Formats: sequence, C-alpha cells, structure tokens
Amino acid sequence: MSMNLTTTDQDLKTRLQNWLPKIVLAPSFGLVVFFVYGFIAFTLYLSFTNSRMLPSYEWVGWQNYERLFQIREWDIALNNLVIFAILYISICTVIGLILAVFLDQKIRGEGVLRPIFLYPMALSFIVTGTAWKWFLDPAIGIENTFHLWGWQSFSFDWIKDRDMAIYAIVIAAVWQSSGFVMAMFLAGLRGIDDELLKAAQIDGASNFNLYRRIILPQLRPAFLSAFVILGHLAIKSYDLVIALTGGGPGNATALPATFMYSYSFTRNQMGIGSASAVIMLLTISAIMVPYLYAELNEKKR
Amino acid sequence: MRSILSVKAAAVLATCISTSTASAQDVEVLHWWTSGGEAAALSVLREDLSESGYGWVDMPVAGGGGSDAMTVLRARVTAGNPPTAVQMLGFAIQDWAKEGALSNLNDLANEQNWSTVVPSALQAFSTYSANWVAAPVNVHSTNWVWANSKIMAELGIEQPTSWESFIAAMQAAKDAGYTALAHGGQAWQEATVFDSVAMGVGGPAFYKAAFIDLDSDALGGAQMVEAFERMETLRGFVDENFSGRDWNLATAMVINGEALFQIMGDWAKGEFVNAGQTAGEEFKCFRVPGSDGTVTFNSDQFAMFKVEGSAAEAQLAMASAVMSPEFQVAFNIVKGSVPARTDISDEEFDACGKLGMAQLAQAAASGNLFGSMAHGHANTPSIQNAMYDVITAHFNGEYDAATAAAELVTAVELAK
Repeated sequence: MSMNLTTTDQDLKTRLQNWLPKIVLAPSFGLVVFFVYGFIAFTLYLSFTNSRMLPSYEWVGWQNYERLFQIREWDIALNNLVIFAILYISICTVIGLILAVFLDQKIRGEGVLRPIFLYPMALSFIVTGTAWKWFLDPAIGIENTFHLWGWQSFSFDWIKDRDMAIYAIVIAAVWQSSGFVMAMFLAGLRGIDDELLKAAQIDGASNFNLYRRIILPQLRPAFLSAFVILGHLAIKSYDLVIALTGGGPGNATALPATFMYSYSFTRNQMGIGSASAVIMLLTISAIMVPYLYAELNEKKR
Repeated sequence: MRSILSVKAAAVLATCISTSTASAQDVEVLHWWTSGGEAAALSVLREDLSESGYGWVDMPVAGGGGSDAMTVLRARVTAGNPPTAVQMLGFAIQDWAKEGALSNLNDLANEQNWSTVVPSALQAFSTYSANWVAAPVNVHSTNWVWANSKIMAELGIEQPTSWESFIAAMQAAKDAGYTALAHGGQAWQEATVFDSVAMGVGGPAFYKAAFIDLDSDALGGAQMVEAFERMETLRGFVDENFSGRDWNLATAMVINGEALFQIMGDWAKGEFVNAGQTAGEEFKCFRVPGSDGTVTFNSDQFAMFKVEGSAAEAQLAMASAVMSPEFQVAFNIVKGSVPARTDISDEEFDACGKLGMAQLAQAAASGNLFGSMAHGHANTPSIQNAMYDVITAHFNGEYDAATAAAELVTAVELAK
C-alpha cells in the first residue's frame, strides 16, 4: 500500500518535472508568437490593403508592391543597403579578426586594451551618430581641426557630399561594431586547443600557415555568429542614419528602414510602408536562411 | 516591424505616464513649439489658462514641420488615449476629423461667432462637414525674405523688387565674403523656398494648377522647369555647410550678420525679436521677389481631440482662450505670425506684422491667398512628401531641372 503511494507520488513528480520547462517557457513563447509572428502576419496583411494614416482592411492586391518599386527613393534605399551591408560586414570582420589575432599574442596590457576596443558597442547608435556627426562635420570636426593646424588644403566633407555620405555612415558603424566582432573572434581563438597548435609547430608549420590552415578554419562558428549579427544590424540600421545624416543630403543616405518609417508613420502611406517592411523581412530571410541551413546541416553530419 | 513594435511600446509607456500626471482639470497639449521664440509664445497661453484655474501638461515633441509629433500622436490615439489638444497643420486636421477622432466645438463657435471673424480660407481647414473641430491660432505666410539691414547698408543694396535684382544683391554679398542665402538643408526648408520660387515664376494660376489641383501639365511644364532652374541659381548662393542645418540656426546666421538673406516663413521673425532686434531697423522683411501680391499661408491650429468628462470642460476653456483677441494679439506678436481673426487692430504689431496683416487681408480679398504646398496646406501629406523628395533631391544635385519636373509628375502620380 505504502509502496504504491510512493510510486504514484514519484510519477506525479517526474511528470511535473517533465512539464515544468514547458510551463515556464509558455508565457514567453506566447508573447513571442503574438508580438513577433503575430505582427509579422499583421504587417503582411496591411501590405495588401489601402491603409493610409491608420490601418484599413480594404484589400488592394499587389498595388502597394507595384508602387513601391516605382518609387525612386526605394531604389536609392536598396542600393544604399547593398553598399552599406557589404562594406560594413566585411570591414568589421576584417578589423575584428586582425585585432583579435593581435590581442591573442599573449601581450601585456590585454586587460586594458580589450575593454577599450569593446567600449563603442556599449554606446547606442544615436550617441555614435551624434558624436560622428560633429566629428565629420567640415565646419567643426576633423577638417576644421586640420585647417587650424595649418593644413589648409585638407578636405574631408563626405558627410555633406551626396555621393560619399553613405561611406561616412559606414565609418561610424564600423567604429561601433568592430570591437564587438573582435571579442567574438577572441573567444573563438581562446577555445582552440593548445596541443593542436603545439603539434603543428613541432611539425614545422609557419605562423602564417598555422593561422590559415588550422586556426581560421576552427573559427568558423565565430564567423557565422559575426555574419548573422552584423547582417541583421545592417538591414535594420535606422538610428545611426537618422542621427548622422537624417537621410540626407537630399535622400542620399536613405535606407530601407528609414524609408519604411517615413512611409508608414509620417507620410500616411502605411500600405506602402508595410510592403517595404515585408521586402526587408524577405531580404533578411534570403540571406540568413540558406546560410543557417547550410551551417546546421554540416553540424548534423 | 521592429519600429512598429517600439512605437506600440512607446504608446503603452505614454499611456502610463500621462494617466499618472494629467488630472481632470488639466489640458494636455502636444506641440512642436520648442525653439526660443515659439516656446515664449506658447507660454502666453499657458499663463492665460492657469489664471482661469486649468493646469497645463506640456508634451513637446521637437522637430520642425511636426512630423515627429504626428508619429507620437498616432501612437496615442491608437492606444485610446489622445491628448486634449494637438498643434496641427492643414490637411492633417481633415484626416483626423475623417477618422472621427475630433471633438465638435460648434456650441462655443456659434456663441463666439467664429465663422464671421475667421477668414474662409482658414475655415476650410478648421471645420469638417460644417463642424468646428479646431481652433486656429495664427496665420503664417511663408513667402518672406528676411534680410540683415547692416549688410544691405554696407554693400549699398536696395530692397530687391525683381528676381534679377534679388540675384544681383546676393551676388554682391557673396563677392564681399558673406553667405548670400542662409539656408538649412532639410527637405521642408527646401520646399519652403521652392514654394515662393514657383509662385514667382508662374503666378497664382500656375501655383493653383500645379500644387492644389495637381495638374500634370503644370507639374511637368516649362514653368516648373524654370522654377527648378531658379533653385539651382539659389543653390549657388548657399554656404557649403548647409546640409541638415535647422531653420533657426539659419536665421541666426542672418541675425549675427554672417548671411544677407533667408527665405523662410514669418516664424523666423520670432527669432529676430527674441534676439532683441527690431523689424525695419536691424532686420528687414519683404516678399520673395516675384510673389508680391500673393500670400502662401499655413495656419497653426489646435485640433481638439475627443476627451471625456471634466477634461472636455477644460478643452472648451482652452479653445475659448485660444480664440480670445487678447491671446491672438499677445501670441502672434511673439510668434511673428498674424492673428487668425480679422477683427483685430494691428496697433501693437511691429512693421513686419503690420505689413503682413495688410497683405493678408489684401490677398484674401483678391483671391490670391493660397495654402502653402511646403506646409501641408495645398495637399495631403503623402503628396506633400512626394514633392519634398523631388525638390530636395534636385536641390542636392541628384538630377537637373528638366528631369526634376518629370520626376515631380511621376512622384505625385504614385502618391495619389
């Protein structure tokens, strides 16, 4: 009798233990389903309606998408995104990797240098944008300083130049993020087995070959994380552009995110704004999904 | 998606904050009057209300043209917690009225005879299907040139009466090492300049056809090309560092004697007055050459949102205070605009104010009073912004005048 009781007790306990994680996770799962996927679905729906100032539910088919791709500013925004994303991701990765490799040489003062490189990531993009706006402003920033020092012909006015302004944004964004990428690579480097390196050194591998053939291939997961994080930062970047150039000069530094915001919220063209948000989502998926799929598949094998 | 979420979050946050601070006898006012002259003008109303026992919950959202304020408003209304009164321009009032979000002020309006004292061009914006939904605060005219008298005297420049003499005056200033035209490179400022330039090229008939009736022949025609060409000329008189500058900083350049002219609406006068300068002495004002006899206007109004209970009472008190002649005079003297009521004496106004009031009355009588395209009084925000895109892209050198006119036609077509 008593034995029977304890077994049912245990049964209940194990059952509860099995259920506990699900119960604990349920609220946040519910919130994510509603606030992320629910609103994605809502945005998708709005992009097929004639919503202007407030959401409306009148179906207009593909009209918003047709208009979107006729709008010149959207073209500019997409071009800018391509330029920005390619430069931002590649420069950040290269600088981050170089810094990490240098810091990994067991140098003195690493504890001081590491937070210095990492620090910009602690700032919000608005702060970065505002600081770099002053820094790059020809009248008060670098150019003016060089003029005061006597180098009168020095010119650095990218931020006011329609063709170069997008590169000015790349500079500020790279400054902010490369320290973070460095930290990720540094963690990856520290995870590599010392024995492996020693064995390679005994076999007579040069330093260059050591990195090319042994260390970098092992950093593959760090590359993946860096790519995923930088990729989505690039596509959603909004605050940096707003603080740095306000989308100007003219519309020269518009990005899809600034376009989406301005059409949805200030121009009373919510339908077109939603359509652009959907295109942004598809862009992210088009880059991320195959990459993640390939990586995860490899791990399984 | 993320932005939509953050706006929703902001809305929820705003709800929490406002319910804890706004009591029933308070009016909560959303506005973008944050620069010196403007803030001073608004405090006149705040004091008026506090004398009659109503509190004031200030909700300033900075950003010229009010686009950021409108974003906040949308979040508040979507969350079911609109402010009592919102500073609003032109078609935005009509849009919100269409959504059924605005109060009906007819009882107060009839009692105080608003419909006879407010010019009918303004009533078109403050009423919706014959119901008063907003209280007009002022009439701004946008086609003004503000000039530094000292530089004019130094270079022997007379007040320009034609486009050619206007250009000659700026050339003289440029040659003497001054910035000829103070300008801030923001889309709405470029559109403000374009507004008067287009009026100067084609006159009232063209202005109406292009910006109000959206006739594509006028939008893409030879006169529009010429207007864009004149913008290119003006571009040559702007300093190198104009991009992104706020309008009041551009005004400060004229105040400080760095720049000769600024083309800006009469809110710029508030900045001069705030800096201790006097109209007709330290600074001069005249209409943009070519646009004399016409006035393009925008009118700040307080749109009254549907609120309940004793908040509605406070709202009516505010509407009544806004329309009182005393407030209209006191406010508009500080703000630089002219009263929205025509039955007010111009005695207390300065030289520019008197000139503005007289020209407004004249233009209204001769049918040459038009809502300004740049300030949302000629068309809906989507069309207005589509025009901004083209004007600012052209001004920043993205394409030439002929392409710009063609782009204008396409952009307007897409925004309709």
